[in-house]
Amino acid sequence: MATETTHHVAMTLSDHLPVLAILVPFVAAPLCVLLGSRSLTWPITFLASAASFVTSFLLLLSVIDGGFISYHIGGWAPPLGIEYRVDAANAFVLFLVTGISTIVLPYARESVKSEIPERHHTLFYACFLLCLTGLLGVAVTGDAFNVFVFLEISSLSTYVLIAQGSYRDRRALTAAYDYLIMGTIGATFFVIGLGMLYMATGTLNMADLADRIADQGANRTVRAAFAFIVVGIGLKVAIYPLHLWLPNAYTYAPSAVTAFLAATATKVAVYVLMRFLFSVFQPSFLFEVNTLEFMIIPFAILAMFAASFIAIFQTDLKRLLAYSSIAQIGYMLLGIGLLNESGVAAAVAHLFNHGITKAVLFMGVGALVLRSGGSFFDRIEGMGKLMPWTSAAIVIGGLSLIGVPGTAGFLSKWLLVQGALEKGWWPIAILVVLSSLLAVIYVWRIVEAMYLRSPASDIEAKEAPLSMLVPIWIMAIACIYFGFATDITLTASHTAAQGLLAGPVGLH
Amino acid sequence: MAETFPIAFLFFAGAAGLLALPKGHARAALLLAVPVVACLFVWSLPEGNLWTVRFFNLDLEFMRVDRLSRIFALIFTIAAFLGNLYAWHVRDTVQQLAALLYAGSAIGAVFAGDLITLFFYWEGTAITSVFLIWARRTEGAYHTGVRYLIVQVGSGVLLLAGAALFYRESGSIAFDKMTLGSIGTWLIFLAFGIKCAFPLLHNWLQDAYPAATVTGTVVLSAFTTKLAVYALARGFPGTEMLIYIGAVMTLFPIFFAVIENDLRRVLAYSLNNQLGFMVVGIGIGTELSLNGTAAHAFAHILYKALLFMSVGAVLFRTGTAKGSELGGLYKTMPLTMIFCVIGAASISAFPLFSGFISKSLILSAASHDGYYIVWAILLFASAGVFHHSGIKIPYFAFFAHDSGLRPKEAPLHMLLAMGLTAFLCVAIGVFPGPLYALLPFDVDYVPYTTTHVVTQLQLLFFSALAFTVLMRTGIYPPELKSVNLDTDWTYRRLMPVLIGSVSGVLSKVWAAQSNFTQTRIRAVIARLYHSHGPEGRMAQSWPTGSMVIWIAVLLGFTLIVNFLS
Repeated sequence: MATETTHHVAMTLSDHLPVLAILVPFVAAPLCVLLGSRSLTWPITFLASAASFVTSFLLLLSVIDGGFISYHIGGWAPPLGIEYRVDAANAFVLFLVTGISTIVLPYARESVKSEIPERHHTLFYACFLLCLTGLLGVAVTGDAFNVFVFLEISSLSTYVLIAQGSYRDRRALTAAYDYLIMGTIGATFFVIGLGMLYMATGTLNMADLADRIADQGANRTVRAAFAFIVVGIGLKVAIYPLHLWLPNAYTYAPSAVTAFLAATATKVAVYVLMRFLFSVFQPSFLFEVNTLEFMIIPFAILAMFAASFIAIFQTDLKRLLAYSSIAQIGYMLLGIGLLNESGVAAAVAHLFNHGITKAVLFMGVGALVLRSGGSFFDRIEGMGKLMPWTSAAIVIGGLSLIGVPGTAGFLSKWLLVQGALEKGWWPIAILVVLSSLLAVIYVWRIVEAMYLRSPASDIEAKEAPLSMLVPIWIMAIACIYFGFATDITLTASHTAAQGLLAGPVGLH
Repeated sequence: MAETFPIAFLFFAGAAGLLALPKGHARAALLLAVPVVACLFVWSLPEGNLWTVRFFNLDLEFMRVDRLSRIFALIFTIAAFLGNLYAWHVRDTVQQLAALLYAGSAIGAVFAGDLITLFFYWEGTAITSVFLIWARRTEGAYHTGVRYLIVQVGSGVLLLAGAALFYRESGSIAFDKMTLGSIGTWLIFLAFGIKCAFPLLHNWLQDAYPAATVTGTVVLSAFTTKLAVYALARGFPGTEMLIYIGAVMTLFPIFFAVIENDLRRVLAYSLNNQLGFMVVGIGIGTELSLNGTAAHAFAHILYKALLFMSVGAVLFRTGTAKGSELGGLYKTMPLTMIFCVIGAASISAFPLFSGFISKSLILSAASHDGYYIVWAILLFASAGVFHHSGIKIPYFAFFAHDSGLRPKEAPLHMLLAMGLTAFLCVAIGVFPGPLYALLPFDVDYVPYTTTHVVTQLQLLFFSALAFTVLMRTGIYPPELKSVNLDTDWTYRRLMPVLIGSVSGVLSKVWAAQSNFTQTRIRAVIARLYHSHGPEGRMAQSWPTGSMVIWIAVLLGFTLIVNFLS
């Protein structure tokens, strides 16, 4: 087995890459607070995020052809010690998360200045770093309990970040409170599920868990554990009826936070869900297949339509995008539910593509908010003339959201349709296309408001500052680039899908 | 990716740059510079597939350079240059943009090595060129443009459908020699045929070309149909049916051309007839005949442009191109008259003019392979060409009865453009060597043998004699102020009547039906809004407690599914 060859003592810096990706932001967070210097906080945060991004990129390069890296924290071998395990699937997630944070941070500087009082900036960025650490940790770890720990790190800091929106709108406080209640219940369910698994198998290492569950087969404890874990993580994913925390959280959080969270938090949760569905438990269990078929897929389709309809009628652009996120998560869950390579690859690709698409859109909306003072449709009317660059980027993001050929969003929807057809479920393929038409409607509403209406009289005409425009456009160009250079996403998502679908074998 | 880039992008970049420049000479100069640079690039390109983009699992070949594509790209860049020089005075951004994008699309299509890329550029030529018609900004031009666009886009759609079927059958999208047989190849063939103005599919040509602007027609005449000729030569060489299609194509436009009054429409018919020669060459499919097609396309673009230019100059100065209203212009437009006569001599294939050295390749190929009837038809058609283009155009425009019009000579840039084109026509006719060297296959052909020259001269003189006799005796159809209806009778007369009666009934049914659906749809939207709107149950912010209930419900549901299975 490959594990034999990876049992080595890490000697060089490059062997430490998996832990470095987490450690750098983790150490930078207290550093910001201890230094307490407002002028140094942002550079430290940015450097930490950038370093983490470089690390993740190197990791992705080393596993994109298949294979994985196993890293033992403190030299303690699993199952006793904690293991970090990087393969194509989570390296891809690490790459996305660090990439988004590194691009959002320069953007955040201006946006945070206008939305949060200056004395809170140090703590804000420290929280941001902790949130980043948590998300990365969730993705990189190969230890089930460690997932819970990092999930809590990211969640707790997320509640604080969302609450920071209260300086602009007091409702951010209730939004954060609701999310806190919901998120804690989700985390509790998750940890209950882990406890049951531990009871049944006596281990917490994912690879070990997978082996032992496969050995002993399905029993009541394992089934209950599965249900608790799926619902617990499902809450973080915002599976349709568990999405209720999301619209308010995204709407009232500071713009930069929304852009970061929308592009990363739910995506990491989707990854964890896949990890547990495919690696820890196996799709060969009937109870898992049934759960996917009777719960995940119907709710995914419900999300695709219901959330899109809600988005169509929204009067607040930020809220519209939040609901569209819920609909898009439906596509990812549908891909997972298809249980074939194209479907899972579609989920992985959509995770990435939707991440960059939503980053453009939420950053664009943040820029509009900065200049017009609100994200309601009556505030963004006529912005196509006043802020041409921002508006153009939003249109590109919108096209990618619809899945127009030549944008990133097309690729993943294509894969999804392919997956459904391979399975012979052509009505589902048609539903995917139909729900994309709903996206056309709400994206058109945005375009109409920005380009075909004249601006409200009290809005001054001014383009967003360059520090915001550049990140927005990097993401917008990425939307188009990944629409044409399909090789990168295709290879990575197919490798990831193969690794995931290989079940516990993929963990060895 | 090699060190080169698609030539078409040069034109698109030029179009973008055009918008940055102020209106005026700078723009006109840019319009001239782009084709010149492109021409130099095309000249120096190595052969091979130079620019491949992988899209999903398909290889898109943007730059397939070989001798066939190069000669067509070369003449396209030359035509673009001449057309833009002729249009130096135009200050209309739309026309300038359209001219650049149109030429770029046509060149892109010539270099396309696969059917998907071809399709994109194919539609590109359709969409960009229609603006040259609409640029006239009259009601009639608008409707003509729409008819033109429908036909052209329709051809593109057929091409795409054909390409998709072809891909299913063969697993390849490469654009190479195909054999007719499956639905896919038939659709592709039909798409090419529409653009090439096959008999009965031809009407868009005579409809649209005379309707474009003075300068637009010159550009239009160069690209679309010749692109189709290229596509046929690439995809269906040696398809025997093409010989007969081509033969019919050379014949029937003659009769329409003789009775037509609008000189630009006459030219459009003679264009159709010339295409016939090329199609015959493709149908024969030997090296000699394909060379003939390429050479004829090359020469044809030049002299046809020259003729359109000279008639265009007349139209520009007098405001009409109707034979019945013109005449006697040689007095004040002598240079234009000379250029027109050179163009006429070229199209009639006078020895020492370009048409002679290209057309004789095709004629020789036909007789060489034993298609004697076809050969005879081509010969008759040659006489016909001389008749309507060679004599009729210059005669009615510049001589005939004096119309009393005393327009100024054409503007300098038009004269320059015509002069250059005329020079090329004569140069090619006198020194065919360089053109022959460019042809897709190696040539050992001597056009100037005694037999060729004598046969051709006999033909021309007897044809001229016939014209004179007919004119003198008054049998020749006089130039009447009329619009001749061709097969467009079906859609200009028959269809409106049919549609009118049917639509009366249909519209009532439709109104009732749409009224019904509209109220239904409104009701559905209202209901959706009630539930999904911002105030609706689905979109409200829920109390924390009820959110938690949902978690419990979902957990219960999952547990039940789990335990039952």
